[in-house]
Amino acid sequence: MLLMQIDWFFLVEKLSLITTILLISLAIAAYATWAERKVSAIMQDRIGPSRAGIFGLLQPLADGGKLFFKEEIIPTNANKFIFIFGPCLFMTTALMTSAVIPWGPSFEFAGHTVSLQVADINIGMLFVFGVVSLGVYGIMLGGWASNNKFSLLSSIRAASQAISYELAMGLSLIALLMLTGSLSLREIVDQQHGFWNDGYFTWNFFKQPLGFFIFLVCAFAELNRAPFDLPEADSELNMGYHLEYSSMKLGLYLFAEYINMFISSAVMSVLFFGGYNYPGMDWVSANLPAWVFTFSCVSVFFIKIIAFILFFMFIRWTLPRFRYDQLMKLGWKSLIPLALVNMLITGGVILWLTK
Amino acid sequence: MDLFEAIFWFLTAMAIGSALGVILSRNPINSVLFLIATFFAISGHYILMNAQFLAIVNIIVYAGAIMVLFLFVIMLMNLNADVEPQKSRLVQFAGIISGGILFLLILAALRDMKAAGVIEKTATDIGLMKNLGKTLFQNYVFPFEISSVLFLSAMIGAMVIGKKETLVIDKN
Repeated sequence: MLLMQIDWFFLVEKLSLITTILLISLAIAAYATWAERKVSAIMQDRIGPSRAGIFGLLQPLADGGKLFFKEEIIPTNANKFIFIFGPCLFMTTALMTSAVIPWGPSFEFAGHTVSLQVADINIGMLFVFGVVSLGVYGIMLGGWASNNKFSLLSSIRAASQAISYELAMGLSLIALLMLTGSLSLREIVDQQHGFWNDGYFTWNFFKQPLGFFIFLVCAFAELNRAPFDLPEADSELNMGYHLEYSSMKLGLYLFAEYINMFISSAVMSVLFFGGYNYPGMDWVSANLPAWVFTFSCVSVFFIKIIAFILFFMFIRWTLPRFRYDQLMKLGWKSLIPLALVNMLITGGVILWLTK
Repeated sequence: MDLFEAIFWFLTAMAIGSALGVILSRNPINSVLFLIATFFAISGHYILMNAQFLAIVNIIVYAGAIMVLFLFVIMLMNLNADVEPQKSRLVQFAGIISGGILFLLILAALRDMKAAGVIEKTATDIGLMKNLGKTLFQNYVFPFEISSVLFLSAMIGAMVIGKKETLVIDKN
């Protein structure tokens, strides 16, 4: 009997956790679209969305409704299956990464230890990498299947950009992993416990500032966000890979981009900014009830994530777009050598300190 | 049949089915997609054998990087089902004969294989990243370094071939 072997508490715990995370991802992505408009409006001295609800807070719902009721158009000469498959794949890969992110410390509930992480696998960081490297298929296939020259150019740009920047991203992470000695995201967060230990900061940002900088730039490029949004450069490619898309398929593309932004903010705060750790957490866990501690950890994590999302937006609305050759030059001739140097320095310092 | 075996047979069917799809589909893009599905099935097998590192590296390197480049080249060359060259009868006949001979060889090789114990259930820890790294850098460090030199030379070779040829202007 298959069903007898299943630990029902485990199943319920994981299912509710997965559902909650997906709902939160979607909600944050929805309100990131609203925040993007508000931020751009404030930075350009405009008002931004203000009609739907107070402060335009219902704007994401209005947008979603509009996209749902738009006409569904599939170009005549498009490859129908791949045309539909592209956005689905993009959305799936965007949502998959959230499985390995530790959202908070474990807590006791009804005699069970509940872990606020869907899967603590010992290759956590590589899993993130694997999913990120698959993300580009959604763009490539969608752009190719549209049977449009602009879309094809855009998908080719997306592919070469993603591959070029994955290298620098991986190299910048190797230096970090040399410090942590583990790929499990849970363990990486636990190593950054608190804020200050042994006369130095515990957060990896203070140990790997250069690595963080390289990772951040590569994250911008992998997300196809300005100033690296070459695949959807509207002035050259008329929107690029989602030019031929309409209705909710376009919605999936646009939405998945914001989910990607949310998840990569989470990954960056886990890797470099201590995840759910904050100064004085030991005092809180010793003196206040357990649920306050868990709640405060999760809120701190989300505050960090939102700060990163806002940072992404500030950059988008302040910097102009790169030219394509500049993008490639930056990736191959600056970031990769910089990451290699960072790796050498880190290795040297580790050897010197542990001698 | 327990869960383990069910997953095993599902992955096996997926691997063989999508491998067949690679060679049977007319459209090169579909072939590439089937090949990616094959890699996923094989990665699933690695995970069943507790070789997580191998599984994820297979996905990152093959499905995530090499197949992207395949797709890239196919898109650039604009290959599709219409332009696929039709082989002559003679070539098809030769293909059938050589394929049949290969099939016979494999069959002969597999004839003596024991049927029992196809599924290795006792997972070893050798595929975990820590153990794999230690094995590579303690027992097999020389072959490892040699192969890295091989990769380096292949990379430099590719760069030399791909380099833009400088135009030599004859001044006379």
